Amino acid sequence: MTEPIIININNEFDIVLARQKGREVSKDLQFGGVDQARITTAISELARNIYLYAGSGQITIEVLEENGRKGIQISASDNGPGINDIRMVLQDGFSTSGGLGAGLPGVKRLMDSFDIDSMPGAGTKITIAKWAR
Amino acid sequence: MRIPILKLKDYLLVSIQVELDDQTVLTFQEDLLNKIKDTGAKGVVIDLTSVDMIDSFIAKVLGDVIVMTSLMGTKAVLTGIQPAVAITLIELGITMENVHTALDLEQGISILSQLLEG
Repeated sequence: MTEPIIININNEFDIVLARQKGREVSKDLQFGGVDQARITTAISELARNIYLYAGSGQITIEVLEENGRKGIQISASDNGPGINDIRMVLQDGFSTSGGLGAGLPGVKRLMDSFDIDSMPGAGTKITIAKWAR
Repeated sequence: MRIPILKLKDYLLVSIQVELDDQTVLTFQEDLLNKIKDTGAKGVVIDLTSVDMIDSFIAKVLGDVIVMTSLMGTKAVLTGIQPAVAITLIELGITMENVHTALDLEQGISILSQLLEG
C-alpha cells in the first residue's frame, strides 16, 4: 500500500504543486493522457476552491486498489466557512466567486465518483476518485 | 516566471511552455497588452501545444486576454489546444465562445492574415 501524499494548500503555488503530484501518481497508475488531464484539472479546481473560500486546507492523494483494479482518490479538506446549501453548489452555473471556478458540477463530470461533506462553520471535505480502465 | 512574447512583422507570437500558475498567467495578460501597445502589433497568436492542462482559472484569464486584445483593436488566435485539454474544458463546462482557434501556429497565422485582410 502506497503512503498517501498530503499537500498543504496555503497559496496559489501550492495549487500547481498539488496538480503536479496528481499527474505523477496518475502517470504511475498508467492512466491515459485524457484521464491524466481530467485528474489534474479536477485537483486544480478543488485546490483553488480551498484557496479561494477557506484560505488554507489540504489535498490528499491516495492510490486505490479493489478487485485487481487500481484507481486514484483525491480528497480536499478545509476548515473554512463550509457550504450552506450543498444542492445549490452542485447545480451547473452556480458561483459565489464571480465565475473564477467552473464549480463542483464540472469536477464531478471529470471523475468517476464525487462525495461532499460540509456543514456551515465546520469546513468542507470533498472526495473524488477515478479508476484506471 | 515570464512567458516570452516574440514579434514577427505585424504579429506577436507566444508559445506557452511553462507550467502555468495563477501569477504567471496574470502577468502574461498584462505583458501581452503592453507589448501590443509598444509594438502596434495587428495580430497575436497564442500557441498552447505544450500545455497539458487548462483549468477554469487559466481558461478564464486566456479568454479575457483575447477579449482585451480585441478591445485594443488587435486580433488574437489560440492554437494547438491538445485533445485532452479540449475534452476536459468541455466536461468542466467551459466553452470558449467568440475565440478564434486554429490547429497549429501555421494555420493560426493564416487565419490572422484572413481576419486582417477581410
